[in-house]
Amino acid sequence: MTTKRSPEPFAWLLFSAGGMVAALLVPVLLLLFGIAFPLGLLSAPDHAYLASVVSHPITLLVLFGLCVLALLHWAHRFRYTLYDGLQLKKYGVPITICCYGGAIVGSVVAAVVLLRAL
Amino acid sequence: MPETITIEVWRYRPEQDSEPAWDSYEVPLRKEWAVLDGLNHIKDQLDGTLSYRWSCRMGICGSCGMTVNGEPKLSCSTFLTDYAPGPVRVEPMRNFPVIRDLVVEMGDFMAKLPTVKPWLVSGDDEPDEDAEYLQTPVEMDDYKRYSMCINCMLCYSACPVYALDPEFIGPAAIALAQRYNLDSRDAGAEDRRDVLASAEGVWACTFVGECSVACPKDVDPAGAIQRYKLTAATKAVKDLLLPRGAR
Ligand code: SF4
Ligand code: FES
Repeated sequence: MTTKRSPEPFAWLLFSAGGMVAALLVPVLLLLFGIAFPLGLLSAPDHAYLASVVSHPITLLVLFGLCVLALLHWAHRFRYTLYDGLQLKKYGVPITICCYGGAIVGSVVAAVVLLRAL
Repeated sequence: MPETITIEVWRYRPEQDSEPAWDSYEVPLRKEWAVLDGLNHIKDQLDGTLSYRWSCRMGICGSCGMTVNGEPKLSCSTFLTDYAPGPVRVEPMRNFPVIRDLVVEMGDFMAKLPTVKPWLVSGDDEPDEDAEYLQTPVEMDDYKRYSMCINCMLCYSACPVYALDPEFIGPAAIALAQRYNLDSRDAGAEDRRDVLASAEGVWACTFVGECSVACPKDVDPAGAIQRYKLTAATKAVKDLLLPRGAR
């Protein structure tokens, strides 16, 4: 049995944080922008108003944080899905690189998309 | 209610069977009979060669774990009538090597358990032999649930992570470590940390939660593991950020 300290706690903390912010924010956003506004249950804000909200630095920061943490949550979960679900643990290193690398690429894309709103 | 029920038992006698096989036995179906009573009837009346472990017949000793209709169960607390009209399939616990019939080899757990020091570690260099170490009921509540473990191994039998990675120290060992970590009289948390916070400790767990479903004593090993993950992660962050003295 190995008793080496593993880097896992940091991956897990980010995974937990991602799960929590995603669970808190994504349903609200989906409900508003996916159901309530399109179906006219709530009157939708106009484009200029939304654009000004999105380009506010705090909104940008919150949305960016949500994207990054949710992607890191995905990376952790998908890594274990590949390890245990598909039993690919022997490819641990490339899987880890692909999952977290994917999350980093996704974060960069999110940053670019968000900065365009400025 | 029918008068009898069929029990299908997984048999393996290494000296004569090249492969495991199923044997069927017809046993009386009585309201108060557990699966274990059915097996005892088989052993006493029908086939004395059947091997299995049991002792207390009351869910205390933890020796009668088996797979009953695919689920990890204490055979003394699992009633035949719940499976009527049958048949009931009885197999050895999963994830352990089989010695014979329903008897499994538990050496792996026996080797892992002491590595988490499941005993009170004294903080005093020279503990006073006559001192009383008092504890309030609230302090006891912190760990009481984890102290109910009877080492039945049903949680290991249920755990898909243990099935894939036998190095995982496993649900009961971690719950038992927490039983002492959370005890106000214990000072051994740091000693246990190397094993618990390793890759084969809590970090091997992916929170499937089957251990807590299987546990007959409501120990909630999955909860114990999640709780320790937070403890271990907090410590890891502190180790990273704080100088040695301030941790
Ligand atoms: S935690 Fe529950 S299932 Fe696991 S060994 Fe202890 S009593 Fe049995
Ligand atoms: S015989 Fe003791 S727990 Fe079942």
